[in-house]
Amino acid sequence: MSAAGSPVGRRVIIGMLAVGTVGVATGAGIQRRLERILAPIQNGDPTGLTNLLPDAGGFRFYSVTASVPTRTAADYRLRVTGLVGRPATFTLDQLHAMPQTALTRDFQCVTGWRVAAVPWSGVALADLLDAVAIQPGAQAVTIRSFDGVYTESLTLDQARRPDVLVALNMLGAPVTHEHGGPVRLYVAPMYGYKSLKWLSDIEVTDRVQPGYWEQDGYDVDAWVGHSNGRDDDATS
Amino acid sequence: MTQPVELLRRFTRTQRWVHRSTAALMGLCVATAAMLYLGPLSVLVGRRHLVAAVHVYAGMALPVPILAGVVSAAYRHDLSLLNRFTAADRAWLRSRDRRAGRIPIGKFNPGQKLNAAFVAGSILVMLGTGLLMRYANAWPVRWRTGATFVHDWLAYAVVAVVAGHLWFASRDPVARLGMRTGLVPRYWARREHPAWEAASSNDR
Repeated sequence: MSAAGSPVGRRVIIGMLAVGTVGVATGAGIQRRLERILAPIQNGDPTGLTNLLPDAGGFRFYSVTASVPTRTAADYRLRVTGLVGRPATFTLDQLHAMPQTALTRDFQCVTGWRVAAVPWSGVALADLLDAVAIQPGAQAVTIRSFDGVYTESLTLDQARRPDVLVALNMLGAPVTHEHGGPVRLYVAPMYGYKSLKWLSDIEVTDRVQPGYWEQDGYDVDAWVGHSNGRDDDATS
Repeated sequence: MTQPVELLRRFTRTQRWVHRSTAALMGLCVATAAMLYLGPLSVLVGRRHLVAAVHVYAGMALPVPILAGVVSAAYRHDLSLLNRFTAADRAWLRSRDRRAGRIPIGKFNPGQKLNAAFVAGSILVMLGTGLLMRYANAWPVRWRTGATFVHDWLAYAVVAVVAGHLWFASRDPVARLGMRTGLVPRYWARREHPAWEAASSNDR
């Protein structure tokens, strides 16, 4: 026996570096497979325990401010202002009373995670814009969150797509606070940062005003698979 | 007539400061990771930019104390001890009475050696994958997704190993005393690290 012994420590470190490198090279594929298997389980998991699995699908929760106030049916308001003929404020009940659109689409985050087949429903943004009579010269919408900081934007053409919702329900239940409830945006064909949470204001404007992450370099036109240097499968 | 307790020098000031700084930075990384990662906590704490910045800089700083420690000869000597697995170490891992002091292991037991190697490997892999994510625009998108995958799963392993490390520390007040003051009583060393005790002279 050599007094010094064998360099197990060095082997562990080199082994970890090797496994880490292989993981970086193959992780994208492994993750996609895991998400496909686990996302349906996770979205229907009442305990929330599966959400603790890393990268196993399901939503991650991003919030950019210190805290977000909680709004209920009693005090929630959605203001629609700007270049409109009839500026309006909607309560949650009023939004529920409007024609509802339901669709089931994947949710793709620009950081890589994707949740398959999420059921969404609510008022098509197009229907809401029709209700307030958009004026000539309007080109875009600026959307604000009652977290007080986050903003987003869409061109009017994008906003009028049938797969863009003022979402009242997701995953078969009212949108929870963590998911951006009671009312959030869902822009099906674009990366998740477009689907603003805790929706409070829609302002119709004459030009696109880049949103929160877009001022940080994210693409303004955030088509899944055709922006931000990514090549994910389209979501809508 | 009582005998004064004989004390052995286990760690120098440098070694203790490396341990302390690494522990503080690791704690900061784990705490901010939890704020970025666990949904309810994430929404509660918010401030995503700030928390992410603290996480990134704490992570980048994590190897610094260890690298700085290398200037100390005592620290380098400990690194070489941690690196090497002896026949006694293998016997210790296999035995059922490993705490009885029967097997002549040295200054570090094999669990401590594996912990040190795992932590060192983790710091490097987390740093590498962290940099891939931080500067994501410089590489193909697949790498970023792969790096996220590795970073996330390894994070869980790191939390488990750090928790284990704290668990063992919580059960051995003398070991904690050794890390706090640098000195341990000879009777403890004889039981926990017999070969090291046999080779050590008194501190004073």
